Amino acid sequence: MSQMRRFMSFRDFDWTLFGLVAGLCVVSVLEIYSATLHTKYVGFHTRQIYWIAGGTIAMFILSRIDYHKLIDFVPWVYGFFLFALMLVLIPGIGHKALGARRWIKLGPLGLFQPSEWMKLVMILAVARYFANLGARNLTWKEIGKGFALVGVPMLLILKQPDLGTSLTYMPVLIIGMFLGGINLKQASILIAAGIVLVVGGWSSGKLLKPYQKARLTGFINPDNDPRGAGYQVLQAKIAVGAGGIWGKGAEKGTQTQGAFIPIPHADFIFAAYSEEHGFVGAVFVLLLYFLILMRLIQNAQTAADLPGSLIIMGIVAVLTFQIAVNVGMVIGFMPVTGIPLPLMSYGGSSVLFTFLALGVVMNIRMRRFVN
Amino acid sequence: MSFDKVTRGEKLPALKLAVVQYAILALILALSAGLWRLQILGAQNFRMLAEQNRIRKVPILAPRGKLFDRENRLVVDNYPSVSCFLVREQNRKVDEDLPMIAHGLHLNLDQLKATLHKYRLSPGYQPIPIKEDVTADEQAFIEAHRNELPELETIEGERRLYPRDGYASHLIGYVGEVSEEDLNQTRYAAYEPGDVVGKGGVEEMYDQVLRGQDGSRDVIVDSHGREVGFLGIQHAVPGQDLKLTIDNDLQKAAELALGDRNGAIVAMDPRNGEILAMVSRPSFDPNLFAVKIDRGEWNKLITDPDHPLMNKAIQAQLAPGSTFKILMSVAGLQEGVAQSMHVNCAGGWGPYGYFHHCDEKHGAVDIHNAIPFSCDTFYYQLGDKLGIDRIAKYATAFGYGQKTGIDLPGEQAGLMPSQRWLMKNYHRRWYPDETLDVSIGQGAVAATPLQLVRIIGGIASEGRMVRPHVVAPDQLPAEFRKDLYENLPGTADAQLPIDPDNWQTITDGMAAVTQPGYFHTAGSAHLEGIDLAGKTGTAQVMSHEALGKTNKGHHTLPNVWFVGVVPRRNPELVIAVLWEHGEFSYYPARLGARIVAAYVEKQRRLQNNLMPVKTPNPKPVEVGAVWTTPNPAASTPGEPETKVQAGKFYVGANGALAGGPSGKPAVASKTVSVAASAPKNPVQSGSKSSPPLAISTQIKSNKPGQQESQSARLGAQPALPGKPTQVKSQ
Repeated sequence: MSQMRRFMSFRDFDWTLFGLVAGLCVVSVLEIYSATLHTKYVGFHTRQIYWIAGGTIAMFILSRIDYHKLIDFVPWVYGFFLFALMLVLIPGIGHKALGARRWIKLGPLGLFQPSEWMKLVMILAVARYFANLGARNLTWKEIGKGFALVGVPMLLILKQPDLGTSLTYMPVLIIGMFLGGINLKQASILIAAGIVLVVGGWSSGKLLKPYQKARLTGFINPDNDPRGAGYQVLQAKIAVGAGGIWGKGAEKGTQTQGAFIPIPHADFIFAAYSEEHGFVGAVFVLLLYFLILMRLIQNAQTAADLPGSLIIMGIVAVLTFQIAVNVGMVIGFMPVTGIPLPLMSYGGSSVLFTFLALGVVMNIRMRRFVN
Repeated sequence: MSFDKVTRGEKLPALKLAVVQYAILALILALSAGLWRLQILGAQNFRMLAEQNRIRKVPILAPRGKLFDRENRLVVDNYPSVSCFLVREQNRKVDEDLPMIAHGLHLNLDQLKATLHKYRLSPGYQPIPIKEDVTADEQAFIEAHRNELPELETIEGERRLYPRDGYASHLIGYVGEVSEEDLNQTRYAAYEPGDVVGKGGVEEMYDQVLRGQDGSRDVIVDSHGREVGFLGIQHAVPGQDLKLTIDNDLQKAAELALGDRNGAIVAMDPRNGEILAMVSRPSFDPNLFAVKIDRGEWNKLITDPDHPLMNKAIQAQLAPGSTFKILMSVAGLQEGVAQSMHVNCAGGWGPYGYFHHCDEKHGAVDIHNAIPFSCDTFYYQLGDKLGIDRIAKYATAFGYGQKTGIDLPGEQAGLMPSQRWLMKNYHRRWYPDETLDVSIGQGAVAATPLQLVRIIGGIASEGRMVRPHVVAPDQLPAEFRKDLYENLPGTADAQLPIDPDNWQTITDGMAAVTQPGYFHTAGSAHLEGIDLAGKTGTAQVMSHEALGKTNKGHHTLPNVWFVGVVPRRNPELVIAVLWEHGEFSYYPARLGARIVAAYVEKQRRLQNNLMPVKTPNPKPVEVGAVWTTPNPAASTPGEPETKVQAGKFYVGANGALAGGPSGKPAVASKTVSVAASAPKNPVQSGSKSSPPLAISTQIKSNKPGQQESQSARLGAQPALPGKPTQVKSQ
């Protein structure tokens, strides 16, 4: 490993990817400014700028640490965060807010949410696991171990309860298995089992909290309950639709400015954006996402080794999942789950996660010629 | 398996990555198709929905709980009233309409703008209250401008109606719009801007119970504000009515007695802590607050040097003056010091170089006449013997310097000095000379009228201390009551040990205070036939030296007190009267006597009331009867024609025969033989004995309980006044 620091410069940094990301961040800050103009969150766009700046610095720092070292350490870090996820559930230690126990209070440092950090750790752990198996045919035992690796933290997070974050881990496992060598027969059996589990879990009523169920049913038929769970979905749809081709213009969205869209700067920012910038603007943003994801996959292809590729593909899986669920929610394809839109939604932890993940990608890209 | 084993340079199969790429492309296309469907195909429809998207939340205001006195007489009522709300439209510039609205509704434009500014952060569909108590012509203005001003909305609700002339205003408190500072506190977490909350008194303390819960109707309106759809209703939950412990008759007497003098009166039942009357002067009109209070009025209230908003009964912390001698007597007697003290009062005492004056030269004084004389010399010496810390020990145990824990907001604790207190706050040692001032209730010692009521009442009731309250706790929801009483400060109920000889000595001394007699301080407050035991107090507001230097005026006159209990043994009423700058202590004693007279007169009126008491006797009444029946053996010579019989019956409340208490047959009769030879006793059946029974039933069931109790009451209450009245609590 010593010869690895042979040649590395920021010339190898993926400036194209960084440019695409920066473009999206500009769109995000402008829309947060517009959407919060008449709410009590006014001024949050400056905070978002600070988060982006901080995230960029974190990205550069992380890109300097060899990702192989990260992978070597990952079992310890995984163990630590698993322990933290258990601690969160203990009433005296876990801090409860909005009906969920998700945080640990760290005195003056603020709140610590292990499930957010676990996302990145999980990507590294899954990549390590399947890379070690050599990406060849998987046995049922190996698949089972993979499920345990992802499933145990998922169950702990589901217990908080936090359905959205918990579901984010699933695509990491799926892409890991897909690229790690699962065969068609195994995949079909797992899909069938998954369907049975979801249907059974829904009807038994133990898996989901009532509010989670209400969100799901509200999504299926929002007109039934316009002031309740379905209200958010309906108002978001009206906002998007009213945008038309060109949109109503920045700061002119009546749904956004009239506070009809809930949290228009965070989970529903795409609704606010679509109302004010129309179909053209919305497709432009989707295109940016598409280019970013394609660029990431290209980096996965050129990575020096299997773990590097698998890490990047894990990141691709999480980002794709978040985009699909969030945009799907806004346009009425998906239920409300509280998953933010990466690089667009306001929020420190979301921005930080995305930039740290990009830091790992840069890291892998910069070492692609090492061998 | 170590990581080093992994083969480097190994790649993911390109095919699989291509699958992922196509999957992502498919996803992005699907999302774009979704956007196409909404934004291109559905644009017109959704744009119309957005235009018409005016979901309004029309509030249904919950009527606030009314307040009644202890005899269920109405004290605080509600009246119907119309309020005007403004609903911001998401695509209208409301600001342009404001001058017109302000003109039509007779509002100050700047104030209206300030109101709207306060709501800038709340959602668009939440209505803003802009005018309360809308008059008929203002309502007509709103109706006439429905098309130009669709944002105006009227709602019928109920508003508070308080008694006039500030009657019990400090005890009741008032209501007003919740302030922005309040909203930041945790106890107001559930409140929204514009909510009406109780402020001060019972209104504040019991706000949660009184306010109920506002409901709302969710409606869809068109661009002219007309309802075009109805989404749901949440019914309002009316607030709970509350019964206060005050007695309107006594409250009225207290209000009239204090008149426009600055001060306070508190009357309490020392057996259970129920406040029967509470007055503070100067007073204010809570009705001014019920609708938005005018800024000028408000400034006048808060800058008044006499503090009209202050409830002096629980917030005025003043030197208790000679009323403190009662506590001194308790301490002296309990410590065994005062019994043997014989003092020659030569007009004062000054063992530490400074001469402390007494009002008179009382001559020989012991504990029995020290209270009626209010002899300072005696208490200077008693205090000197006890020392400050022993005095403080008793005073603190009885509640000086401690909140009583009354269920009213803002109670003050007063102050009881001690060596430790002085060291902690002023960093100096206590001089024995200072004890002399404290002994007569001067110096640093300070108490509220309510504290005095609880302390004096407790001492006269054999040391049984009670927590004063203005709302009987049993009518409150269990959870609220628990929460409230756990959070109230104070010592609450307690039994303090006092030797019976000692409190009898003290109350006898207090009874002599209001008896005419030479040196007796409140002989003029004597009430013929009423056993009023009291104590006066005069508390200098300035030292003699300072008094000599300033111009004498009203504000330099001493505060005067009177505390009293009625009757002296097992008291039913304890009162405290404070008159600020009242000069002579027999003045408040006379005021107190008026309230006592009102109380006793009411009790006597109730007792001598000959109205029948309607209490049907639920138990069968035992009835005896004597009757005759034809003698079956009449044909036999020598036998009488009839036989006399006697029997016992049990008659139920409705006049019908009832079973005996032990389940025996209803009728048990005995045949009494009048003749010499007794025949066999035939047992009488119920039906045969009915005629005489009916008569006795009539007599017995209508009259008994009543007549007996009536005569018993009259017997116990001789027409002569002079004995303590025996009172049944209401």
